[in-house]
Amino acid sequence: MNKKNKIKITVNGKQMTVNLKFSVKNLIEKLKMPISKVAIELNREIVNKKNTNKIFLKKGDKVEIVHFIGGG
Amino acid sequence: MKKKDHLSIAKKKFSSRLIVGTGKYKNMLECSKAIKISGAEIVTVAVRRVNISDKSKPLLMDYVDPKKITYLPNTAGCFTSDEALRTLRLAREIGGWKLVKLEVLGDKKNLFPDMIETLKSTEILSKEGFKVMVYCNDDPLMTKRLENVGASAIMPLAAPIGSGLGIQNKLNIKIIRKQTKLPLIIDAGIGQASDAVEAMELGCDGVLMNTAIAKAKNPYQMAEAMKYAVVSGRKSYLSGRIKPSLFGSSSTTNKGLV
Repeated sequence: MNKKNKIKITVNGKQMTVNLKFSVKNLIEKLKMPISKVAIELNREIVNKKNTNKIFLKKGDKVEIVHFIGGG
Repeated sequence: MKKKDHLSIAKKKFSSRLIVGTGKYKNMLECSKAIKISGAEIVTVAVRRVNISDKSKPLLMDYVDPKKITYLPNTAGCFTSDEALRTLRLAREIGGWKLVKLEVLGDKKNLFPDMIETLKSTEILSKEGFKVMVYCNDDPLMTKRLENVGASAIMPLAAPIGSGLGIQNKLNIKIIRKQTKLPLIIDAGIGQASDAVEAMELGCDGVLMNTAIAKAKNPYQMAEAMKYAVVSGRKSYLSGRIKPSLFGSSSTTNKGLV
C-alpha cells in the first residue's frame, strides 16, 4: 500500500484513512449511509447533497454526518 | 356546517393538537406504536451523529415515516445560539424541514431555557426562512419579544422538562393566551392526562410531551389517555363553561313537588 496516496480525515470524531481524490460521495458510499436520511458537514460547512461527487476530501478534513434520532 | 377545528401552524393544518416526542422509549417499535395510538401528527426528533462503526442500529425514519408524520427537528442538548443554529441548519439539510423546534437550554439541572440565546436564535432562524416553534419561559414579556422577531409558535413550559409537575403558573399562561394569536403550545412538564386537559382549558392550542408517555408504566395506555385529554380539554374550552359560583343551584325544578 502506497502511503503517499492516502490521506487522514476525521469522520464523526473518528480518524479514517481514505484514498487521494476521494469525494464526499465516495465516503458516503463507503460508509453505506442512506444519503436521503443524513446531512453532511465538511469543516463546519454544510455540504449540498447534490454536489457530493464534486467535493474532494483533503488531509485533516473534519466531516460530520448526522441523522434524526428519538428526542423530546 | 360547523367549521372543523384545526391546529394551524405556519399555514399547515393538523387535526390532532397533541405533539409527542420520540425520545426515552425502550425501543423504536414501542415509540412508533405509542405515536400511532396518541394520534399525534407532529413528532419532535433530535439531530445526532450517525454511528459509523455500528450501522446495524435501527433508524428512526424506518419506524416513523416522515411522509406520514411531520418531523419537528429540535435542538435538544444545545446550550448556545450557535449550537442551535448549526443543528437546525443540518436538520433542514436532511430533508428540507423548515418547521423546527428551537430549544436553547441555560441550566443542566433545571433545563430552563436561556431566553437571551433563544431570542437571538429565533430572530436569525426566522430571517433564514425557518418556521420556528420556540420552547420558552412562561414569561409574557419574553413571549411578546419572540413574537416580534418572527416566532411561528410560542411553547412555554408547564414545569421543568421531564418533571411531570403539571402547569405551575396558570396565571402567566392565561396572560400569554390573551396577548397572542400565535399558536400557543404547552411544552414540557406534563405528567398526567389532567395536566393536558388543564392546558387546553386555559386556551392553549396544543400540548407537547415526551416523558409523560414514554416513561409511563403503560406508555400505550397513557398515549391514548393523552389523546383524549387534549380533545376533551379543547372541547371544554370551546363550549363556554358555566360561571363558577360559591353557592349551589339546584339541577331539578321545584315545580310540581309533592
